Order: sequence, then structure tokens, then C-alpha cells
Amino acid sequence: MLELILISTLNGVLFGMLLFLMASGLTLIFSMMGVLNFAHASFYMLGAFFGFQISRYVGFWPALIVAPPLVGVVGALVERYGLRNVHRHGHVAEMLFTFGLAFVIEEIVQMIWGKAPVDYRIPALLDFTAFTVFSTNYPAYKLFMLVISIGIFIVLLAVLTRTRVGLIIRASLTHPNMVAMLGHNVPRVFMLVFGLGCALAAVAGVIAGPALVTQSNMAGLLGPILFVIVVIGGLGSLPGAFIASLLIGLIQTFAVSVNASLTDLIGTFGLTLDARSPLAELTNVTVAQIAPVIPYLLLVLILVLRPTGLFGTRET
Amino acid sequence: MTEVAATRAAAPVRSWLAALRRHGLWLVAALLFLGLPLVFRSGTALTMMSLMGIMIVFALSYNMLLGQTGLLSFGHAVYYGLGAFFVVHAMNAIIRAKLPIPLPAMPLIGGTAGLAFAVIFGSVSTRRGGTAFAMISLGLAELVESSSLILRGFFGGEEGITTNRTRLFRLFDWNFGPQIQVYYLIAGWCLISMIAIYAVTHTPFGRMCNAVRENPERIEFIGCSRTMVRFIAFCLAGFFAGIAGGLAAINFEIVNASYVGLQQSGIVLLAAYIGGIGHFIGPVLGAILVTYLQTMLSDVTEIWQLYFGLMFIAVVMFAPGGLAGLLMIHVPLVRARVLHLLMLPYALLLAASSIAGVGAIVIVELAHRLTVKATEGAGVRLFGISLEAESAWPWLVAVALVAGGGLLTRAAWPPATRALSDATAAAHWAERS
Repeated sequence: MLELILISTLNGVLFGMLLFLMASGLTLIFSMMGVLNFAHASFYMLGAFFGFQISRYVGFWPALIVAPPLVGVVGALVERYGLRNVHRHGHVAEMLFTFGLAFVIEEIVQMIWGKAPVDYRIPALLDFTAFTVFSTNYPAYKLFMLVISIGIFIVLLAVLTRTRVGLIIRASLTHPNMVAMLGHNVPRVFMLVFGLGCALAAVAGVIAGPALVTQSNMAGLLGPILFVIVVIGGLGSLPGAFIASLLIGLIQTFAVSVNASLTDLIGTFGLTLDARSPLAELTNVTVAQIAPVIPYLLLVLILVLRPTGLFGTRET
Repeated sequence: MTEVAATRAAAPVRSWLAALRRHGLWLVAALLFLGLPLVFRSGTALTMMSLMGIMIVFALSYNMLLGQTGLLSFGHAVYYGLGAFFVVHAMNAIIRAKLPIPLPAMPLIGGTAGLAFAVIFGSVSTRRGGTAFAMISLGLAELVESSSLILRGFFGGEEGITTNRTRLFRLFDWNFGPQIQVYYLIAGWCLISMIAIYAVTHTPFGRMCNAVRENPERIEFIGCSRTMVRFIAFCLAGFFAGIAGGLAAINFEIVNASYVGLQQSGIVLLAAYIGGIGHFIGPVLGAILVTYLQTMLSDVTEIWQLYFGLMFIAVVMFAPGGLAGLLMIHVPLVRARVLHLLMLPYALLLAASSIAGVGAIVIVELAHRLTVKATEGAGVRLFGISLEAESAWPWLVAVALVAGGGLLTRAAWPPATRALSDATAAAHWAERS
């Protein structure tokens, strides 16, 4: 039991930190432009596939350095030549543009790399067991992922709060007109932030690719969960996104390992249900089975009880 | 005395003529629905027209949200799919119990199911509009899609639930075995739904929906609840989506989890937006085009969805009014007889952009051949010409086409827009004088 809790906590924090790498970019982009970037998870997927392709030629470590900036440039170009032109048609058009973009990126990835998972492997240098808890071997690569995501989190925090660039970015979030008055090129700041957000998602992709499965549906699997995080944390709130990422990461990891169902719960009170009743189908579902649904249940719950999200200031 | 008698005799005729003028379009639509199978007789055409009918109802119901009320939903297929599932289960139950309920009544069950779930989900999601509504609709769609894989009894798991439409109670000896009978069933429901949805847009409630779309805050000031307006619009949209789902269940006789999926929600969004959400006719055009492309393009190329997505992005970027929007700009020009002024600039623009388009298609198809279908050899046949994907020439020519076509399009764009604005101004003055 203790072993399960320990390992699940580690895995949950790791998954949560990965989610935060993406959610932070999404939140920054949202608070700046008011656009929920539907294609954000697609940039995560691009990161994984770029990382895979580059690592085939020059190895994993150069790929980790090269792939994120490349994806960042793609993102910046999308902002400059796509999103900025759609901006005058309003927020719905912007959201639809990113929706179409996600669709197109998935198709392009399928066209180039196919629908089957690609053989993206953990680098040999990290392919060993870091430590053993009771009987579970914990791989070193997972530890490395944890270190990288926490490192980037700290760097991001430092840049946003301690540097001049961070100051301008934060000012552009709240007072874009004033920042423009002071002589800064706000559209260019937007473009850079968009690119930076995409690059962060790509980092997550490059390091998560070997551990999870690198496949053309990975964006579709993760995208909606990112949205859940951003809404639960409160639209536009970075600390909220951080807490929500960890929360979702932990909940999902723990839920998968719990094999109890409503029937069991009722059973502990000494009651039994008729197995043939139509309700039985509902009560026999185990917590592990509904693990993928939990984030969305949480989303609905949060929106009913606290529309601003956990840390949000504006009504969503 | 005789004059009065004459006007009295003429009055019913005149009112009858006025009614004909007002509702004539629906009569034309009804005749069109009746006559189409006589023109397009092949089995493929009949199947496609049935699918178009279903899609028209679905897209129109979606536009009650997006176009009329300004609610962007990413989960409209939930009501379509649940409607379909309830219809299939109802059909199976009716067959088992041998109840005297005919097949044409079945879509009503789908509509009721769609309505019921719209009431449940709508009470949570319509409290807010805009981005929040879009997110909640996505979350609910994910919720239902994930549940559909967990609750295997109701949703039938991977293989879905099947039924047999011919074994229901028969009216007039129609057993709905042949596709032509199903077509007429779908056409009938399509026409009824179109008229009903059109009628809703012209009620005071329909106008309130538009007001909520334009300025939700002012709605509160005139004493109405925007939440209530959104909620009712959402429920009505769910009802008609359920009808569309019921029609789909009857048409395919099988329903599976993909009916409630995000992909289905995406397709209806694409159809409505490409057609144009600003006009009633838009989603109808979009549904027809999207269904046609889905069936036809998938025969021509394997990567048709990519072209589909690119087309959607192009519409969002360059023609946010959609097809209907583009057509409607030109209606006053036709009336003022100045359309011929546009012919030359439009032809140039079309030629230039087609050159770039052909080049882009060649690049995409060559790349597709080299990456995914490398085992089948490098030979591709495009536009009736055989090309070798491994030699450099086709690539160079394609890149040159894209670059040249792009430059020409850029050159042809300003004259075309200028001609359009000139012609519009001319039409405006012609109308005034």
C-alpha cells in the first residue's frame, strides 16, 4: 500500500509537471490574446515527432536542444501569418482557426509519420533503474523528466518575475495599450509569447515522447485535458494552472490504481445489488475504469460551484 | 354593386397568391426533394442524398446555436448520437413487443432524447456564453464519449448496436427496405425540420436569440434573462440534432460510439461554418458540400481530410461569411445587372489561385507517396499525368507552380476586391435612383 502511494505520487507529480509545461504556455497565450489555443497540444505532438526525427540523425541530446526552438518558430509563424489576420474577425473566428489548425497538424503528422506509433526510444545513457522502492524499479528517465520540467518551471518563474522581458510580458498582459505607448512593439511581444508557449509544449513533447507513446493521436488525447486544467485553475492564472496540473496529474495516476466500484462500496454496508438490474452496469464500473472521465467531471463540478476556477479573477 | 362583388371574389385569390409568394420557396424545396431521385437514379446518388438530408438537419440545428445565438459548441454530436442510440433501442424494443408504431415516427423519439439531454447538460453549460460555453461543451462531449466506451450495455462497445428497420409496423405497405423509401422518409423529416427551424428564427424568441448573440448585456436591461434565452435555444438545437441522429440510425441501422464523438461534432461545425453561419441557407449549402466531399474526395485521395482542414482554415481566414456570405454579397449585383463587371477580375483571380492550388496538391500528394506509401513505388498519377516522386523534376515544377501562382494571386487580389467594391457602389446607386 505504501509502495503504491509512493510510486503513484511520484508518477502523479511527474505527469502534473509535464501537463504544467503545456498549460503554462496555454495560459500565457490566453491571458495575452484572449484566445484559447486549440492547437496547443498539437505543438506538443510536433515537439515529440521533431525530437524523434532529429534524434534519429544526431541523437537525443541535440534533439532536446534543437526541436523546441524549431517548434517555437513554427508557432511564431502561425501567429504572425495566421492568427493575427483572423484577429479582426473576433474571438470565435480565432478559436475556429486554431481548431482547424489542430486538425491540419494531425493530418500532416499522419501523412509524414503514419498512424502507427513511431520507435522513439529512451537514450541509452538514461536507460537504467534509478532506485528501487520495495519491489518497484523506478526508471532514471522518469526522474530526468521530473528534473527537466521542474527546472524549466523555475526558469520560467524567474524570467517572468525577475527580468525586464518578464516585466514587459506581464505588463502586456494587463495593459497592452500602455505598453505600446511606451514604445514597445506589442504585436511582436504577442508573437514571441506565442512562440515561447509552443516551444514549452514542444519540450514536454520531446521528453514525454519516449516515455509515453509517440503517435499521431497524442494531441487529441491530451488537448482536452489541458483545457480542463486551464479552466479549473482559473482562466489566465499561472499559479492556478500549476495547482490544477498537479491535481489532475495526481488524480489520474491514483484513480488508475484503485480497483473499487460502487457495488463494492455498497457491499461494505452489507447490502447487495441485483446483478441483473439496469443500474448494475453503472455501479459495477470501477474507479480505474472511469479515470479518463474524472477530469471532465471535475470540470463540470468546478464550473457549477466556482465559475472563476480555483484561482481565477474573471468569470470564465 | 358589381365592383364590390368582383373584389370580394378576387380577395381569396389574392390572399392565396400572397401566401404562395411567401411560402413558394418551400413548395419549390418540396418539389425538389420529390423530384431529385428521378434525376439522380444511381444507388450512390440516392445514398448520398440521404446523407445530405441528415446532415442538413444536423447542421441547421447546430446553426441555431452558433449562427443564431452565438454559442460556439464543440460537443453538438452528443445530442445527435444520444438521439440515434435511443432510436435504435426504441426500434428494437418495439420489434420485440410488436407495438403498432410505424418507422416514420421514430425520429421523434430521437428528438425527445436529444431534448432531454439538452435540458440536463444545458442547465449546466448555458449559464455562460463565449469561451466558457465552448470549453464546457468540449468537456461534456469528452464525458459522454468516454462514458460510451465504459457503459457497454447501452452503447454496445466497439461494434455498436444494430437494428432492422423493415421489421416495424407497416403503413401503406412500405417496408423501408429499399433506399428510395428511406430517402423519402429522410426528405420528409428534413423538410419539416427546415420549415420548423426557419419558423423559429422568425418568432420573437428567434429575434431574442440574435440579440443575445449581438449584445448579451442589453438583453438583461430590457428585462429578459440571457441565460434563459440561451438555454431554450440550446434545448431546441438538441431536439433537432436528436431528430438528425434518429434519421441516421434509421439510414445505417447501426449506431456506435463514434456517433457521439468529437470528430462528429467537428464535422458539423465545419459544415455549418464553411456554408456560412450568417444566413439560413448557409448550413444547408455546407451540409451538401461537406457530405459530397466526404464521399467523393475519399474516393480520389486518401488524405482528403487534410484538404478538408485546409479548406476550413481558408474559409476562416478569407471568407468568414462562408459560402452563403460570398453568394449573398453578389445578390444585389445580380439585381442591378452589374455582375458582368466582375467577370474578368474574378476569372483572373480564380486562374491564378488554381495554379497555386494545383502546385500545392502535387507537393502534398508526392510527399504522401514518398512517406506513407513508399512500399507501393514512386509512381503517382495526378491530373492524368504520370509523375515520379523520386525524381526532382515534379517537385521543382510543383514548387514553381506554387510560387508563381502565389505571386499571381497576390497581383490579382486587389483588382478583384476593387471591382467588387466598385460594383457594389454602382448597384447601391442604381437602387437609389
